[in-house]
Amino acid sequence: MNQAMLDNSLWRNIYCVLAGDSAQCASRDYSAGLLPGGLEWLAFLLAAAAIIGLVINGILGGVIVLIWGERRLFGRFQSRTGPNRWGPWGTLTSVADAVKTMFKEDLVPADADRILFNLAPILIAAPALLVFSVIPFGVGTYVADLNIGLLFIMAVTSLTTLAVLTAAWSSGNRIAILSALRSVALLISYEIPMALAVVGVIMLAGSMSLGDIIAAQGVPFILVQPLGFFVFFIAAMAEMARAPFDLTEAESELAAGYLNDYASMKFGLFFLAEFMAELSTSAIVTTLFLSGWRGFDPIPSQFWFIAKLIAVLFVIIWFRMTLPRLRVDQVLKFAWKGLFELTMINIIVTAILIAIWPQPTTGQLWMMAAINWPVAIISIWGVSKLLGTPAYDKPQPTAEAPTYPVASESIPAGSVLGAEKGGD
Amino acid sequence: MIGLGLPRGFVVTLKNFIRPPVTEQYPDRHVGLLGAAKEAGMNPFQFLVKKPADSLKAIAGLATVPVAVKQSPRFRGNEFTYFEDRCTACASCAKYCPLGIIEIVSVPGKIDAQEGESYKLEVFDIDIGRCMFCGLCVEACPYDALHMGTNFERSKYVRDELVITKEELFDAPKRPSAFYRPQFEEKGFDPFKETIEDFHDAGRHEQKTYDELKKKWVDER
Repeated sequence: MNQAMLDNSLWRNIYCVLAGDSAQCASRDYSAGLLPGGLEWLAFLLAAAAIIGLVINGILGGVIVLIWGERRLFGRFQSRTGPNRWGPWGTLTSVADAVKTMFKEDLVPADADRILFNLAPILIAAPALLVFSVIPFGVGTYVADLNIGLLFIMAVTSLTTLAVLTAAWSSGNRIAILSALRSVALLISYEIPMALAVVGVIMLAGSMSLGDIIAAQGVPFILVQPLGFFVFFIAAMAEMARAPFDLTEAESELAAGYLNDYASMKFGLFFLAEFMAELSTSAIVTTLFLSGWRGFDPIPSQFWFIAKLIAVLFVIIWFRMTLPRLRVDQVLKFAWKGLFELTMINIIVTAILIAIWPQPTTGQLWMMAAINWPVAIISIWGVSKLLGTPAYDKPQPTAEAPTYPVASESIPAGSVLGAEKGGD
Repeated sequence: MIGLGLPRGFVVTLKNFIRPPVTEQYPDRHVGLLGAAKEAGMNPFQFLVKKPADSLKAIAGLATVPVAVKQSPRFRGNEFTYFEDRCTACASCAKYCPLGIIEIVSVPGKIDAQEGESYKLEVFDIDIGRCMFCGLCVEACPYDALHMGTNFERSKYVRDELVITKEELFDAPKRPSAFYRPQFEEKGFDPFKETIEDFHDAGRHEQKTYDELKKKWVDER
């Protein structure tokens, strides 16, 4: 155990309960240990296993709750009740769904590449879990605090597309490959605005470590970096590949896209990964822009983190219920012509402000917010002017006669139809 | 202005979110503590004290209250209502049935000097599995003996059980639908709450008194 791990309360509590009489723990008032002396390595391994189990099972439990909550919210957004039959308020619905999924037959298509076909569900579930290894859930409650945490998140989240491509290719299905192509196009387009949007946050915090970013947020960065938040949120929704960006599994065009040939628990893993991605996205947004676990004192920091997480999830679900799916070219145009410019404006303005106030205090952060909000509003308005189709929704009737040939002109006057027209 | 459609859309979905759900839950409705107490006919505090187990169940969100579906009295449903005493075994219903699913076998019964010849009904089967509930048999019945029912829960595991026999029709509770029977609506009869016990009540006309009959058949001749 090194010093950084002992500062982490999650590691320290589990390790020192196991090996209490080691010198590192005795100096921190951990007296009795479960394991005898000389077995610190075993305590370290057990602590690691315990933390992995804790985090993964916590996330899976969170996904179960999220599926239930999302379906309830969908119901309420459509003036329905949502699932309410199985368990109190329908909380056990997703458990019943999981059991049903597990008992289904596991089909593999004859044309499939069996190894890749079986590997793809694992590949897609792993990155969503890996993101949580650097997220701080509370004061001293994190698995690891990497000094390149943000870069790690960016790298890991882009692995999802590799899994989608693997799944589509190994299915031996042309519709699935179309879906994977869309997925790659979506990722390449939105990875750039997403990465550039967090540059402002990195400049303000002066570090890529998520712990340092939270420590720097005397004012939540959603107020200081409105443009960055706007771009990051939209790009993150696109990375999740959910409505309005669910081009990859567009039901009306591609059936289910890359999910076409999957059944049983393999399909369940894809489904699980989708919800884990939603959870991890809102965790990242919470950490970067909503000041993570920071809050008022008597309420524990973990509670603040979860409350902000739920608020972000609600907004994501609200987006999903409101906006229809966009066309491929619209999505790509929006990323390259809209969001990319916005991130550039954001980076330039933030760089100038950082040059004026290096290492800003809380008061200076408020000043930055006061400057950034008008910039954000004006630039979003300008970009929407550039991108928008003028008077698209209200076509004006033209005064002149239509130039295309009208059928009635070619009808001879003596015919039955012509006589009817004259009779009018 | 460009982009105003988005916030408008968000407001629309948020309005729907705030509005109470319009779902009709059937056959039972999930209630909280307040709903369960209201169903038991007391205020929540009384309910908590008098029925702690039930109120705990209600707080946990497990309490259900049976609900009836709101239906029209003219609903054409299953379980035909049949009054044996009104039936003359004329088989009009069987003749008018477009699918021919009503089977009637009648035999000559007693011959009464006053009432004339009467027929006895031996078989009266309706194959509900093929019935389309058009109601033509009910319209054809000259003596208001056959009425549409108001029930709709008649799913069975075996096809043969879908045939309603004479005995079943006798024993079934008499809840006739007001379809093609305006007398029920005039009387204010509610088939979902009350039943008709006396076959006279199901008729289209009031039963004539002795004086009226005498006037018609004796005095006027």
